[in-house]
Amino acid sequence: MQANRVNTWLYRHKGARAALLLALPVLWLAFAYLGSLAVMLLSSLWSVDSFTGNTVHSLSFTNFHTLITQRVYSAIAIRSIGVAVAVTLIDGLLAIPIALFISKVLKPRFRSVVIALVLVPLWASYLVKTYAWRSMFADGGVISWVLKPFGIQGPGFGLAATTITLAYLWLPYMILPIYAGMDRLPNSLLEASSDLGASASKTFTSVILPIIYPAIIAGSIFTFSLSLGDYIVVKIVGGTTQLVANVIADNVGTAGNLPFAAAMALLPIGTILGYLFVVRRSGALENF
Amino acid sequence: MYISRRAKIFLATLTFGTLSFIYLPLVVVALNSFNPSRTFSWPPQSLSTVWWGRLTESNGVLPAIGSSIKVGLGATAIALILGTCIAFAVSRYSFYGKSTLSLLVIFPIALPGIITGIALNTTFHTFLDPLNKQLALWTVVVGHATFCIVVVYNNVLARLRRLGQSLEEASQDLGANIFQTFRYITFPLVRSALVAGGLLAFALSFDEIVVTTFTAGPGTETLPQWIFNNLFRPNQAPIVNVVATLLIVLFIFPVWLSQRMSQDGSAGGRL
Repeated sequence: MQANRVNTWLYRHKGARAALLLALPVLWLAFAYLGSLAVMLLSSLWSVDSFTGNTVHSLSFTNFHTLITQRVYSAIAIRSIGVAVAVTLIDGLLAIPIALFISKVLKPRFRSVVIALVLVPLWASYLVKTYAWRSMFADGGVISWVLKPFGIQGPGFGLAATTITLAYLWLPYMILPIYAGMDRLPNSLLEASSDLGASASKTFTSVILPIIYPAIIAGSIFTFSLSLGDYIVVKIVGGTTQLVANVIADNVGTAGNLPFAAAMALLPIGTILGYLFVVRRSGALENF
Repeated sequence: MYISRRAKIFLATLTFGTLSFIYLPLVVVALNSFNPSRTFSWPPQSLSTVWWGRLTESNGVLPAIGSSIKVGLGATAIALILGTCIAFAVSRYSFYGKSTLSLLVIFPIALPGIITGIALNTTFHTFLDPLNKQLALWTVVVGHATFCIVVVYNNVLARLRRLGQSLEEASQDLGANIFQTFRYITFPLVRSALVAGGLLAFALSFDEIVVTTFTAGPGTETLPQWIFNNLFRPNQAPIVNVVATLLIVLFIFPVWLSQRMSQDGSAGGRL
């Protein structure tokens, strides 16, 4: 009887049903999560008492002043953005021909197999994949073993190893959107282009590239922001390299200076939001 | 478009070369787990299962697996409830701020883990310190649940959009009430999407290290944290190889299963 009344009431009140569904998730995401982000932004104006180690909850721009005036931090910022750009370029240059091959050269029945081959490692543990590159770059590891006969030394742990490992980790994130974009591109367009006398390279630059451009941007959002926010890779294969993310992590962990970490975190957030703002007009964001 | 034979060969070489480059490091880890040498000089001089035999002796692995499973189950349960609620609300109702909400769901996974981690860390400290409470396992569950919501949401939303509402309307026309319709019609239809989303959420949580590091209390160690803490210790490195190989094998299966069950999305919400 009671259940029946609840049912009738719910049936009549569509808004109440929606409100019931939304109450918990909105509390969690809008209040707890967004609230946390807000607290973090606010905490970038706090400071840590160097004597007691306690957080001082009064507002000042000391952290930002340190970030701007000390040379080392602008060097770290430029290096981090450089790594993110390099990773994006490497992944883009690899992913475009691979996507072209899978969608336009490979026979349809092999297509899903090859795409699955690209997808599966995406789900292999991120930490294990990073760790795997440690055994590749290590002293006496696979890379130095391969290069030894040529008399070349491997790069060892450092900036190059970090860039290669990041490019490796995020490559599927670049291949998949570009593949999806090329797969939607009708073959008749390509045939029309060659019927009108365009060479394969002309067709590629004037027909394919402009159409898949939003997909490339969509992939670059992943590779760029994932690289900028990553500190595990730097710690595992980066040697003594300092990038924004691991400086943030060290300030939370060993240094125990959360407000300074929060101030520094504004750099990746700002850069990523800025990048999204710049590429917004390409239409890439509508793919999500 | 006519692609010359040479260009095709070039593209094929590049594609399969890159694919083998994707799998090579994983194979190296798997081979190294059978390398009896402690220093892993490449190539292995011989193969043995000596490190595999010592897996359970090593201190810390089993408790770490235990806390990873606890966190994974907790986060998956919360993500299933919240993600399903949002998916139903977004697909069946129109309300103020709907597009903002669907963007907000993606936020925790789109922003770098370190941002989510620090944000939650600051908030936890702000609220727990005055109560003299510390970070613990439940704070990790809260952190993981936040970014797991999106995978459940994506899976269930894709299913609900594909299904449409006609079956539910038919059920109600035939006199079933809201609860009966949900129990006998809607739930069986979305069940496999829930399983797929849940598996992916669990896998995502099981693999997470960054958010964990910033939300875990002292003495709490999940499996990825155990790997990270031990891979720099020369004595533990062989066991790390064994655990890493196990993870590679164990991960592929649930993900493959969830892909087969969902049939809706390509990357199951990780993309």
